[in-house]
Amino acid sequence: MTYLPKPKFRHPAIEKNELGLTHRDYEGAISTLCAGCGHDSISSAIMHACFELDLPPHRIAKLSGIGCSSKTPTYFLGNAHGFNSVHGRMPSVLTGANLANKDLIYLGVSGDGDSASIGFGQFAHAIRRGVNMVYIVANNGVYGLTKGQFSATADKGATLKKGAANPDDPIDLVMMALHLGASFVARSFSGDKGQLVPLIKAAVEHKGPAFIDCISPCVAFNNHDGSTKSFDYVRAHNEAVNALDFISERAPITTDYAPGEMQLVKLHDGSTIRLRKIGADYDVHDRVAAINYLMKHDVAGEIVTGLVYVEEDPGDMHDRLQTVDTPLNQLGDADLIPGAAALAKINASLR
Amino acid sequence: MPIESVNDFVVRFANVNGSGSASANLMFARAVIRMGVPVATRNIFPSNIQGLPTWFEVRVSGEGWLGARGGTDLMVAMNPQTWDKDVASIEHGGYLFYDCSRPIPASKFREDLTVIGVPLTEICNREYAEPRQRQLMKNIMCLGALAAVLDMDADIVKTLLSEQFKGKDRLIEANHRALAIGRDWALANLTCPIGLRVNKSDGVGDRIYVEGNAAASLGAVFGGATVCAWYPLTPSTSLAEGFTSYCKRLRGDATTGKNKYAIVQCEDELASIGVVIGAGWNGSRAFTATSGPGISLMQEFLGLAYFAEIPAVLFNVQRGGPSTGMPTRTQQSDVLACAYASHGDTKHILLFPRDPGEAFEFGALSFDLADRLQTPVFVMLDLEIGMNSHLTAPFKWDDSRRMDRGKVMTYADLESGRDFGRYLDVDGDGVPFRTYPGTHPTRGSFFTRGTTRDAYARYTEEGGPYVENMQRLLRKFETAKAHVPAPLVDAAPGGARFGVIHYGSTAAPMEEATQILRNQGVKLDVMRVRGFPFAKPVEDFISAHDKVFVVEQNRDAQLRTLLMAENCASGDKLVPVLHYDGSPVTARFIARAIAELAESIDARAKEGALS
Repeated sequence: MTYLPKPKFRHPAIEKNELGLTHRDYEGAISTLCAGCGHDSISSAIMHACFELDLPPHRIAKLSGIGCSSKTPTYFLGNAHGFNSVHGRMPSVLTGANLANKDLIYLGVSGDGDSASIGFGQFAHAIRRGVNMVYIVANNGVYGLTKGQFSATADKGATLKKGAANPDDPIDLVMMALHLGASFVARSFSGDKGQLVPLIKAAVEHKGPAFIDCISPCVAFNNHDGSTKSFDYVRAHNEAVNALDFISERAPITTDYAPGEMQLVKLHDGSTIRLRKIGADYDVHDRVAAINYLMKHDVAGEIVTGLVYVEEDPGDMHDRLQTVDTPLNQLGDADLIPGAAALAKINASLR
Repeated sequence: MPIESVNDFVVRFANVNGSGSASANLMFARAVIRMGVPVATRNIFPSNIQGLPTWFEVRVSGEGWLGARGGTDLMVAMNPQTWDKDVASIEHGGYLFYDCSRPIPASKFREDLTVIGVPLTEICNREYAEPRQRQLMKNIMCLGALAAVLDMDADIVKTLLSEQFKGKDRLIEANHRALAIGRDWALANLTCPIGLRVNKSDGVGDRIYVEGNAAASLGAVFGGATVCAWYPLTPSTSLAEGFTSYCKRLRGDATTGKNKYAIVQCEDELASIGVVIGAGWNGSRAFTATSGPGISLMQEFLGLAYFAEIPAVLFNVQRGGPSTGMPTRTQQSDVLACAYASHGDTKHILLFPRDPGEAFEFGALSFDLADRLQTPVFVMLDLEIGMNSHLTAPFKWDDSRRMDRGKVMTYADLESGRDFGRYLDVDGDGVPFRTYPGTHPTRGSFFTRGTTRDAYARYTEEGGPYVENMQRLLRKFETAKAHVPAPLVDAAPGGARFGVIHYGSTAAPMEEATQILRNQGVKLDVMRVRGFPFAKPVEDFISAHDKVFVVEQNRDAQLRTLLMAENCASGDKLVPVLHYDGSPVTARFIARAIAELAESIDARAKEGALS
C-alpha cells in the first residue's frame, strides 16, 4: 500500500542522532511485503544502522534487482535515490553508479534468486572488481514473488510446502564471496537484530566489497517443517563465530576483556569493530581458515553466522582504476574536453 | 593490351594473416596519400589470428572516389593458399606481382596478365640471418619494388618509415636499407614503371586518414564521456581500445597523474550496459561499444533505460548477422534491432555516420543527445567504417562549445521550492527534469524503476498514468526529431522523378554511383538520412518523387521497413536496392541495380500509358 502516506506526526521527545534526525527520517514507504516477512526486519536493521551511524540519508544510493527482497529499498531511506533495476543485474548498475560518484554510499539489496541464479555472474564480478559497496542478500531459499519455487540456495533435501524435495546442491554465497576476494564477508539472520545491525554498520564503514548473506525466512512459502530456511530451523542450527560491537571513532572503548576473548578490527574511517569471540581461536583475518571453518560446520549441518572474514584497508575499484579524487560526475568541460589545440595535433598525426 | 592508368587503379595485397604485412601495406597507402592522391583502403580478414588468408585493397583514385570499386588491376600475390582465386580475380590486362623465388608452373598464370616476379625470399635469405627479420624486411623490400614499378616517390616512403620508427635509429636505417634493396632490384631487373602509375597531385588537401573506431572513440573523449564499459567483440573492440589510448594521452590529471575516466572491461554485454546505465543514472556520461550479438544481449536493459529515461550511448559497429554470422564482414543489418530494441513499446534514437569524420562528430554529439533526451542513443557504425582507415576532413572542435547536460535540477533549484516530478512534462516537450543522487537532503530524491509509476515517480499499476507516460515518451521522441542530424540532399539539376535514400557507409559508393547514373542520363535526387527518428524532410522527399530507391546493406531492407513503420511512405513507393554479401557495396553495383530498376519502371509506365 505504498500510496498510503505515513503520518508526519512525531513525538517531541523522540530520539535524535548527531544530525538531528530521528528514526522516522530513515524510513521509507510502508512495506507491502507479507506480515512477518524476514525482509522487513532487514529493512529495519538498515534504518537502525544508518541512524546510529549519523548518515545523511540522501548520501546513500540504494539499488536492487527484482524480487521480494529487491522491493525493500522502497521501504527504507525515503530521502535516498533508489534504483530497482533488472532481475539479477543490480551489481552492474551499482558498479556504474559507483564509478560515477565515489562519494556516495552504495547499498545493494538482492535476493537468493537475484544473486545466486540469474545474477550469479554479476554477483561474482562486482565482488572480484572490488566495488566499494554493502551487498546484502536476503536469503530465503525460495522464489517468493512467483509463489514458492526453490532457489539455488535451497539445501539439498529441503522440501517445499507441498512436500517436493530439492534434488540439487545448494550454492553458498558466503563461500563464493570468500573465494571471489570480498574483503568483508558475513552471514546473519533477520531474526537476530543484535547481530545484524552492527554487521551492517561495519559493512558500511568498510571500504571495499562488503557482503552480507542474511537468512531471511519466507513466511508465505518456506517457513514449514522440512525447510532449512525457516525461523525455527535457523534458530536451532545457528552457530555464531563472534558477537560484534560497533564502536565509532568518537566513542572510545571502555570495557575490559580478558585476553583472547576479544579482537579489535579497524575500519576504513577510523572506527572499530569489537569482536567478542565465541568460536575459540577463530581469526577473522584468515580467509583460508574461514573457508575451512565454514565447510566443517556445513557438513555438521550448522549455519555459521557473524563476521566471517574482514581485510583491513583492502582498497577498492577506484584505487585500482586510479581515478581522480573528484567524483567523475562532477568533472566539467575544462576537465574533460581536450579542446581544438589538442585536436589539431591529433589531426596532424593522421596525415 | 595491359591496362594503362595514372592515379586510377586498384591494388590488392593477398597475404597470410600474422605475417606482419599489415603495416607495410598501410604504409603503401599512406605513401600514395602523401603524394597527394586520394586512396580508399579496405581490410578483408578472417576471424582468426594466424595462418589464414587476408587481403588489403588500395583503390587509388585521383578523382577522389572513396567507396570500394570492385575488381583488381594489380594483385600482389603473397599467399600460395589463395593464388588460383587471386590470379583469376584480376581484371583483363592487369598485373600480377609475386615472389618468384620458387618456380611456379606456367599453367598457374594467365596470358593476358603482365607478370612481375621479384625473388623477395631469395634476396631476404641472402641479406638477413634471423627468421623474423627476414619476414618483416621482406614486406618492406616488397614496398620498395612496388614503389619502383608504380613510379612512386621513394623519398616519401623513406620519410614515412622514419616517422614510424622515430627515436629508433637502427630500425630506421634497417628499413631504409630494405626499401632500397627492393627498389634497386626492381629498377635493375624490371621494366619500370608499368602501365599503372602514381603521379603527384593535390587531391588530398588537408584531409586525415583514420579508422572510424578510433574517430568515434575520440568523439567520446570530446563528448565528455567518463565511463566506458565494454566486452571484447569484433568489430567494436578497437573502439574501446581507442578510447583507452586517447584517455591515457588526454585525460590524465596534470598534477596527480590520476585518471579523469574509468574503463571497465566487463564479464559480458549485459554487465556493460548495466554499468553504463548505472553511471548515466548517477550523472556521468557513459558508453559501451559493441556489435549485433552484444545488442541482442542488452535488450532487457535497453527497455529499462528507455522507460526509466536514463542517458546511455551505444556505439554499434555492425557486422554480418544473424548469430555469429560474418563476424569480420560488414553489414547494416541491426537497424531494426536497435530502433525498436527491447520488449514492450520502445523506440530509440539512431545516428548514422558516413565515415570517420562523422563518427567523431556524432560520437561527441551522442552524449549531448542522450543527456538532453534522457534515453539511449545508438551510433550506428559498421565494420567498413570502423575497422578501415578512410580519408576524411580533419576533425573540428569549437572551443566555445559546452556539454549540454539537459534538464537537471540542482540543489539551488530544489531549495528554491521548484516542483520536482521525475516524469512530469513541465515544458510540453516530453522531456522531464531529473536529479542526480545525493543532491539535496530532503527534496528531489525519487525511486527509479522499470515498473509503472506516476509523474512523481510513485509506484502505480493504474492504466491511466501508464498511458499518459507512454504518450509523453512519444512526445519526447517527436522532440528528438529536431535534435538528430538533419538529412542531406544532393538534388539533380532540373529535378528528378526518382529519388534515392541511403545512409551510413553506403554514402561513398552512392556518390560515385550518382555520378555514373547521371552521366548515363538517369536523373536522381539523393537523400542521405543521418538520424532516426526521421524528420519531416524525409517524408517530404519521398512524397516529392514517383519512386525512391532505398539503398542499404542488409537482406530485409530494414531502413525501408522503418520508413514504412514510421509512416513516412507506403511500400509501393520505396524500391529496395540491397547488397549484403559482407563486402562493402560498390558504386558499380548500385549504378547497375538502379539503372536496371529505373528502366523497368519506365517500361512499365509506358505500357500502362499505352493500354
